[in-house]
Amino acid sequence: MSAASITTIPSTLRQINSVWLGGLVAVVLQIFLATPVLAAGEYRSVVVADPYLELRTGPGRGYPIFHVVDRGEKVDVLKQRTEWYRVRTDKGMEGWVERAQMELTLQPDGSRVSFKKLKLEDFTTAKWEAGLLAGDFGGANVISVYGAYSLTPNVSVEIWGSQILGNFSNGWMGSVNIVHEAFPEWRVSPFFTLGAGVIHTKPKSTIVQAADRSDQVGHVGAGVRVYATRRFLLRAEYKSYVVFTSRDENEEVEEWKVGFAFFF
Amino acid sequence: MESRFRVLFLVVAIVSLPGCAATKNLFGYGQEEAPPPAAEPPGQVIDPVVVRREIKEPAIDREDFEIGGFVGLMSVEDFGSGVVYGARLAYHITEGFFVEATVGQTDAGLTSFEVLSGGARLITDSERRYTYYNLNLGYNILPGEVFIGESRAYNTNLYLVAGLGSTRFAGDDRFTVNVGVGYRFLLTDAIALHLDFRDHLFDIDLLGEEKTVHNLEGTLGVTVFF
Repeated sequence: MSAASITTIPSTLRQINSVWLGGLVAVVLQIFLATPVLAAGEYRSVVVADPYLELRTGPGRGYPIFHVVDRGEKVDVLKQRTEWYRVRTDKGMEGWVERAQMELTLQPDGSRVSFKKLKLEDFTTAKWEAGLLAGDFGGANVISVYGAYSLTPNVSVEIWGSQILGNFSNGWMGSVNIVHEAFPEWRVSPFFTLGAGVIHTKPKSTIVQAADRSDQVGHVGAGVRVYATRRFLLRAEYKSYVVFTSRDENEEVEEWKVGFAFFF
Repeated sequence: MESRFRVLFLVVAIVSLPGCAATKNLFGYGQEEAPPPAAEPPGQVIDPVVVRREIKEPAIDREDFEIGGFVGLMSVEDFGSGVVYGARLAYHITEGFFVEATVGQTDAGLTSFEVLSGGARLITDSERRYTYYNLNLGYNILPGEVFIGESRAYNTNLYLVAGLGSTRFAGDDRFTVNVGVGYRFLLTDAIALHLDFRDHLFDIDLLGEEKTVHNLEGTLGVTVFF
């Protein structure tokens, strides 16, 4: 063994160590990010059919175009963020392309690619919806979140969670609703709703001689869903609640709320 | 009267029946079908051979959600300032709009009155824990790029957020409005650094009269798109 060969061994070991370390970091990153890293062949490939495809540096309209892919060239679609697609050319160049341009590409077999744009029909037919509303619940502030599932375009079921924050008491309310829309295809779609739930009221700490209580509630209501753009909609509603208290008479509470939601 | 019409219709039907396409072969008369042409008409030069490949297209990975944590400083009006930490989940609806849910927690200190008076305490120590959640709508108002050196470019966004939520402080839940501005620096397409300034406003009557307090918060955070 010559002296030179001895000196090469530690450096090789160091390389192996760094490879191990790199591998470990990559594995940890993969677990942490929880995004499956696909092999090159597993991405969707499309062929440019328009005279050119513009690659931008970021997923937004203002970002500069830094590369142009010519007609007939193939690109891999790596991922999508909102209405933008990250693509990679055969030469390894990566950039963001807007949906409208992706519509003008072809599949390898020559058929058209559909990069779906959300429209008014999706507003009518979408299965899932989630939203955030806020307003007034019998003089108190109310913040609500809801999730909805459409059984048919006309009928959907919703689960609501609300926090009520008033001057004298705070509380939580959970309810299940059935919503009926008579004209789901309209951009401004009125609806009628019916539901039941539980309300928990907790008097403020400055109020003396009051105890927490839980009561059942039932409600009827009406409102509108307004399609704004893409997957966005606005919603306003009125609900009339009856709180079935343990006292002699039931309480009636009126609620007004406005907010936004999105469907998917 | 009626039977005469019926007879008339019957006669019309019998006369027209042999002319119908469906019945002409039933009765054995009517024109013979033209035989198919024996050969392709001349002039067909190109014989198209189209081989269709069956391809199952892989789904495109969507990355519209952003999750992460943050740490920073928060000033609770009248109660000093402390370290705040929390978590954030955002969903990007369009390139401009996103919705965001945040939760955070800090521990408020003593008011000047409590320090000067010696022993008197306005609230207990456990009531000094300040916990909040917010549901916000955000808008990327100034998207852009920054350059570090000659060969590195990073995407950034300056965004505005506003929303509603609740704060648990001094023994009660309080309806809270928050507004703020943030700066998102994308290290890669999937990992972002955040610098955020928020103002959390709510009404409180702890010190006698009711007033609106501003609780200012400045944080640094990391998020991951998925």
